[in-house]
Amino acid sequence: MSPQQSLSGDRPKAAPKPTPETQPYWDAANRRELAIQRCTSCGKAFFYPRSACPVCYSKQVEWFVASGRARLHTYLISHRPAPGFAEQVPYAIAVVELEEGPRMMTNVVGVDNTPENLVLDMDLEVDFEPRGAQLVPVFRPAGSRAENAAGHAAGSVAGSPAESPA
Amino acid sequence: MTAKGRVAIVGAAETERIGVVPDVSALEMHAESARRAVADAGMTLGDVDGVAAAGLSPISVAHYLGITPNYVDATSIGGCSFLVHVRHAAAAISAGLADVILITHGESGRSRTGAPPRAADPASPQGQFEAPYGTLGPPTLFPMGVLRYMKRYGLTHEQLASVAVAQRRWSSRVPRAMFRDLITVEDVMASRMVSYPMHLLECCLVTDGGGALVVTSAARAKALPGPKPAVYVLGTGEAAETPLVSMMEDFTTSKAFTVSASRAFAEAGITPSDVDHLMVYDAFAHLPIYGLEDLGFVGRGEAGAFIEEGNTSPGGRLPMNTNGGGLSYTHTGMYGMFLVQESIRQLRGEASAQVPGVQTSVAQGVGGMFMSAGTLVLGTETVAGA
Repeated sequence: MSPQQSLSGDRPKAAPKPTPETQPYWDAANRRELAIQRCTSCGKAFFYPRSACPVCYSKQVEWFVASGRARLHTYLISHRPAPGFAEQVPYAIAVVELEEGPRMMTNVVGVDNTPENLVLDMDLEVDFEPRGAQLVPVFRPAGSRAENAAGHAAGSVAGSPAESPA
Repeated sequence: MTAKGRVAIVGAAETERIGVVPDVSALEMHAESARRAVADAGMTLGDVDGVAAAGLSPISVAHYLGITPNYVDATSIGGCSFLVHVRHAAAAISAGLADVILITHGESGRSRTGAPPRAADPASPQGQFEAPYGTLGPPTLFPMGVLRYMKRYGLTHEQLASVAVAQRRWSSRVPRAMFRDLITVEDVMASRMVSYPMHLLECCLVTDGGGALVVTSAARAKALPGPKPAVYVLGTGEAAETPLVSMMEDFTTSKAFTVSASRAFAEAGITPSDVDHLMVYDAFAHLPIYGLEDLGFVGRGEAGAFIEEGNTSPGGRLPMNTNGGGLSYTHTGMYGMFLVQESIRQLRGEASAQVPGVQTSVAQGVGGMFMSAGTLVLGTETVAGA
């Protein structure tokens, strides 16, 4: 793609394409659940999805629904929009540390993405946003979802991208 | 057994023009660099029996040049690939697999003339677990750990800016550098914000250009000396940590840097105090900070002040990135070739901003966004500090 194309605002945000090994993660996200894996041999939780434990190499791994609680580990604020992000620029691309230990890249929603608002180690909780037909996990400041918590508590309601808040 | 001191770089050259070169394709830049490096070695392309390249296939490069190699290395692990090609070449030559190995780089990073498309596979780990969050190339990925580093060690925005200031002091002495005007910390801080906390002047250039190296045995280098002094390969390292910057084990250090460099230093039998000249791949201003600490030149959290105080600037005790680096000299995309070229110029005594008496130089490359690393310890003699 040319830089001109990649900067255009009329293309959609990039959507993930699941593989057989990652399909359970993405299926869970479409149910508004953050499902990750842990090793039943060594007990370590890990991310991203894999067929075996990256710590002890055991294939005895299981899926579980994470609490959705996380802390803001690090981030940057991009001033150049990726496709679909033109109206959000500047926006943070962040790495959060889940309560269960693993870290993952995400966006921080429900708060203006400024250095003043985004304080490292602040408490966050999972939410979901559409990318094409797929919901992807994003995170918002803990407690900032009070007004719609009944409908969107993590893992409690099966949602579809069409119904989810943008 | 290692290749330590038994292998030499006898030819090194960049394309005649670097910077904005829209009238030359990426492939032709590989070829032009190759011809110039072979001439620099006092050889002909007919002497070459091994070819290594990244960006484009060594098969494409070899065929374009008219070489049928009996050794090919298509290792492509980002901008440090060429340092790793030297490592592999040293092993191959020591093992008798090849006699003269040509390593080429050419990239139309700015003009995209004959450049391969930038692919983004939505099923790759990056496509699934990073791209949906609005990543758009290195500025949105590489600096991911900087705020964590700042919180942990107290690095200031001014210290980060001082990396660009120090390197401009070097490039001001380098006629081929794209940016040569001296700048201040205030200039850096006033430049456009690209990806907080990185301002424009803390991000590398995007340019066109190429470079090539000719590697052979130290024995051949001594028996058939070329027109230029041979540079000896004293220690090498390579490592890979993660394809996803978001999966770095510790955002304040590069595991690939430490693994790669410790191996190279051990092989060469040196410590940081033996190093006269250092090149650290600077796609962004925080890389030299990580490099100085991960290679053991300073303690954890000390690199920002070390650079700010002028220790890596002209006249300082550890001259670093003496061509001006990716921030000021050139950055084609896979910049590692230019690290090695500057180390060789300094060791030969022919650099534009020459440091007096360089006998041992270290080049530290990175691939991807702290994805991988390659390290070379190079010297004027077959034993470090001889």
